[in-house]
Formats: sequence, C-alpha cells, structure tokens
Amino acid sequence: MMIKLQAKDIVFSYNSSPILNNVNFDIPPSKLVSIVGPNGSGKSTLIKCIDRILAPQSGSILIDRKEVTKMKRMDVARNIAYVPQNSLRIFPNNVVDTVLMGRRPHLGWLSSDDDEEKVWEVLRMLGIEDLGMSNFNELSGGQQQKALLARALVQEADVLLLDEPTSNLDIWHQLDVMNIIRNLVNKKVITALMAVHDLNLASRYSDRMIMMKKGKIVAAGEPSYVLTPENIKSVYNVEAAVRRQSETPYIIPLKQVAMGRKG
Amino acid sequence: MATEVRRRSSRTGKLSATQEAYKKFIFRKTAFMSTILLLIILLTGVIITLGPLDITVTEAYCALLNKIFSNCFTVDDLAEQVIWNIRFPRIIGGVMAGFGFGVCGCVMQAVLKNPLASPFTLGISSGAQFGIALAAVLGVSVIGGPYLLIGNAFVFALLCSGFIIALATIKGATSETMILAGIAVNYLFTALSQLFKYFASDEQLRLMTSWGMGDLAAFTWERFPVILTVFVICVPLLMLKAWDLNIMTAGDETAKSIGVDANNVRTFIMVISSLLVATVVCFTGTIGFIGLVAPHMARMIIGGDHRFLIPASGILGAFVLISADAIGMNIIAPTIIPTGIMTSLIGVPFFIYLILKGKRREFWT
Repeated sequence: MMIKLQAKDIVFSYNSSPILNNVNFDIPPSKLVSIVGPNGSGKSTLIKCIDRILAPQSGSILIDRKEVTKMKRMDVARNIAYVPQNSLRIFPNNVVDTVLMGRRPHLGWLSSDDDEEKVWEVLRMLGIEDLGMSNFNELSGGQQQKALLARALVQEADVLLLDEPTSNLDIWHQLDVMNIIRNLVNKKVITALMAVHDLNLASRYSDRMIMMKKGKIVAAGEPSYVLTPENIKSVYNVEAAVRRQSETPYIIPLKQVAMGRKG
Repeated sequence: MATEVRRRSSRTGKLSATQEAYKKFIFRKTAFMSTILLLIILLTGVIITLGPLDITVTEAYCALLNKIFSNCFTVDDLAEQVIWNIRFPRIIGGVMAGFGFGVCGCVMQAVLKNPLASPFTLGISSGAQFGIALAAVLGVSVIGGPYLLIGNAFVFALLCSGFIIALATIKGATSETMILAGIAVNYLFTALSQLFKYFASDEQLRLMTSWGMGDLAAFTWERFPVILTVFVICVPLLMLKAWDLNIMTAGDETAKSIGVDANNVRTFIMVISSLLVATVVCFTGTIGFIGLVAPHMARMIIGGDHRFLIPASGILGAFVLISADAIGMNIIAPTIIPTGIMTSLIGVPFFIYLILKGKRREFWT
C-alpha cells in the first residue's frame, strides 16, 4: 500500500501531563481523513505536531518516507500546508496580501507575477475573487475560512491539515467548504487530514476516520466501521443511534451516560 | 497542486475589476512614498531659510548642490557656511532620527504583535537615560573622553534590550513576555535614574533633563558617518525580513506552518532594531513618540504590507520629525524648543485627529 503520511509512536506533553500517547497511523495518498474525538482528546495537538508547530517529545512523522522532524521548516511548508482555526488579526491585511503569504516558501524577496497569478487563480476557484481588496477582519466567518484555505492552497503542498475548518460556519458554508476540500482530494491534488467535531460531517465526507480519546487512537477505518454506538458511548459517554443515509452512517445523540469528564 | 493550478490558469491577459483595484493599490503606495519624499526635499529648502540670517530657498538648494557638483553656483560665503554647518546638519539629523524611529517602531509592532510597541518598548530609552545619569552624576563611563555621555547612553540602551532578548530567548520568546519584561525593566531603570536625580547637583540635573527631552542640536557632521554606517547595515537587514513580518502578524503558529521560524525572526529583528535605535538615541536623546505613531499613520494610509510599510514608516517619521522641529525652532525664536517636546506637541493632536477621522474601530488597521 502506498503511504503518503505516516505517524509513528508520537508522544507529546505539556509539562508532564501527556496529551498524545503513542499515536500511530498511515494515510494513503489522495484521501480525506478526519480526526474526531471529545474536547481535549488531542486532535488539534496531533495536527500541530504533524506540521511541527509543536515539537513532539518522541516519535516520527514521515511524508513520502521522509522524516518531517529533520526537515528545514521551509521544506516542511513546501510539503504540508495548515489551515488554522479562525482568529482575528491585530494588524490585518487585505485578502490578496493575506493569501499571498502562502507563497512565502516559494519566493524570494519579490513576489513574481506568477505568484500573484496563483493567488488570483485560487481565489477564483473558491469564488472569493471579488473580496480580494477587502480587509480580512471585516469578512464573514465563511469568507475568512475560505481565505485561510486559499492561503494554504497557494502553498502548493501535497498534504493539507485543517483544524476545525467548519466550526464557525452555517450549514450552507459547511457543505461549501467540505465540497471544495473533497473535490481537491478527488482530483488527487491533495491528501487532507482534518480535526473536526461534527461526526456527521466527518462521516459524509471522509474516506477514513480516526477516533481519539485522551491522546490515544481508539478506532480508525472507514466511517461505518468507526461510527458505532459502542465506540461513541465509550469515547464520548453519549448514547447514540446510528442510521444510514445513502450508505453513509450518521448519528443521532440520544442521552449522556455516566459522568463524562468535560474537557 | 502545481499542475492543477496551471491547468486552471486562464491567461487571457484581461484583468478583473478586483485585480485592477489591487494594481492601483500598489501604485498608490509607491505614489504616497514618493510624495512624502518630495515633500521632505521641498521642506528642507524651506526650513533652511528660517532663522536669523536671511537665506532664500534658491540659495539653500544652490549651497547644497555646490557640495555635490563642486561650486557650480555662486552663493554668499557666509550663507553657505550657515547652511552647510548649522542648518542642514540639523535637518539631516532629524531625517535620520525620524527614519530610524519609524522603521524600528514598525518592525517591533509587527514582531511583538502589539500596536503599543515602540522602539522604547524594550526599555531602551530608560536604559540610555540611566547611562546619562551615571555619567553626569558619578562621571562613570564605559567609553571615556568626548564620548562620555553618548557612549554610556549607547551601552546601557543595548544592555537593557540585550537582557530582555536573552531572557525571552532562554525562556521561549513570546511577544507578551518581551513586552512585560520591557515594561518592568523600564520601571527599574527609571527608578535608578530618579535616584541619581535626587542626589544630583543643579548642573548635573540640567544635563540629564535636557538630554531626556531629545534634541537634534547635538547632531554634527562628525557624527554622521557613524549613524550612516549603522543605517546602511541595519535598514536593509530589516527590509529583508519584510515577508516574514507580514506572515508573523498572522500569529506564530501560522508563521511556522508557512515556514517562518517566528522565534528566530523575532530575536533577529529585536537585535537589529535595538542596535539602530540605540545609535540614534545616544546622539539625539529620546524622541519616542515618532516610533510609536509613524507606523500607525503609515498603516492607515498604505495598509499592512511590510515591503511598503517599513520604508513608508521611516519616511513619514522623518517628515513629521523635521516638520515639528522646524516649528519648535522658530515659533518663539530665538528660544528653541527641544525636538522631543515639539514632536509630541505637534504630533499627538495630529494623531488623535487621524484616530477620530478613521472609520474603523481599530484605528491601526
């Protein structure tokens, strides 16, 4: 089996409390994989460790069999792009300049017309070209999310990491952003790994799901394999019914069981 | 990804409305900087004419051009002496100080991600002030001779920022840590200076106070090469980081994901800009206000792209400083109001006006 991204025995802790505890997974190329789990299960931390925003205490991350932890940061940026959770800027730029930042791993001091052309192409593809001159902070949540996605896409990395890409969006924009990502994966442009809270959205769009609890992987595989009432009960402490809608499992939370420790 | 983007490329040569707007925006930035630069050159001619000796604007430019094209114009000898040795050096000093403060304020606000940051955030001014107090009261100096005061100001300014940079580097350089440490060190050195003032004689007190106000009168041609050398080395080094500064305003995590090591860039910028500010401060005293507001003014007008913002902050800083100084020199002549005081007196109302006039809630965007 071809492997695009591989994590081996990743351990990460703040001070002494472990956040990630021997995490292992393989991701084949051109797949969309979701990481799900309760608050504080280590989803975002895992994503950040893969992009070396955080440095894991031990373990290795391989992309195309090359060790990410030994790469120069600029080389990591050429291979892996990251879409952060949305936040406002202290010194915001307009959308074009915000997206142009993503070209940094490919450019010297001057941006060429080529770089700018790529920015416009991606903006056009995401349907936000007309927002080019708008101030980033004055965009709506959905527009900001698309601008951040655009910045990651102009980085031209094969692997795209997303941290809660739909958390602040209404359902129309949730589908919009997920369709864009799904399309890019289908066209074999990227391999995507995203941390996400919405189990149904994850189930609908992912090729595979990774379910985490307290820094460990509890279940991984196709959505129908991962999303079972038993798994949801043991990971979330929630009793849920699992239904199917055109072959895709979706869950309906019914009630809380024992005292689940809220993160 | 590359093939994907290439395939989608539709190079019809026709630009969309937004693309046109972006091109115009870039043009506007260049036009703005050129205009201010031109205003500085015009203002230089006008400022030279102000003073007890009557000099015309034409004479002013001719005298300056004579130095470049070796005496191709005839200018009155006395006038030329006054222009070249008294009035012009003060303007050059003002331009360099304003430019230095503006540039440093701009890069420091970016790496510390804080609109309140200024060249003095790291305690540079209080360190320099303490160095002056030490020299004035105890006669203790690191470098002796004619550079007693300047040398001390420089060394203690750098000592302060060096301490904070080292602290942040060892403990992990977050911008909040640096600002907090800077404010704390500021208090410490201010207290130490006050202590010296408490025991100082009248003469010593006068020396310390006048230096603290910031004055361009101290600038002479002998000092020009030193400042110029530091500028020629430091400013391009800061400019080289323009892209990384753009990216760092989006946060350290984002910066890292785009390949920019935020902590390294922050330390680099702090070291270089401290050196630049310490050099300017030890020759002119503290003219702090420019470093805080010139970048904000520039950002309001040309936006947040540091490739343009760094030079624009510098040019605007220079412009505001020499304008204020010209007024300070002539408003109640023959008494000259020190540059630092006049800069704040003129600059603050202007800045408040810009804040009130701005449509946005965050005035610095």
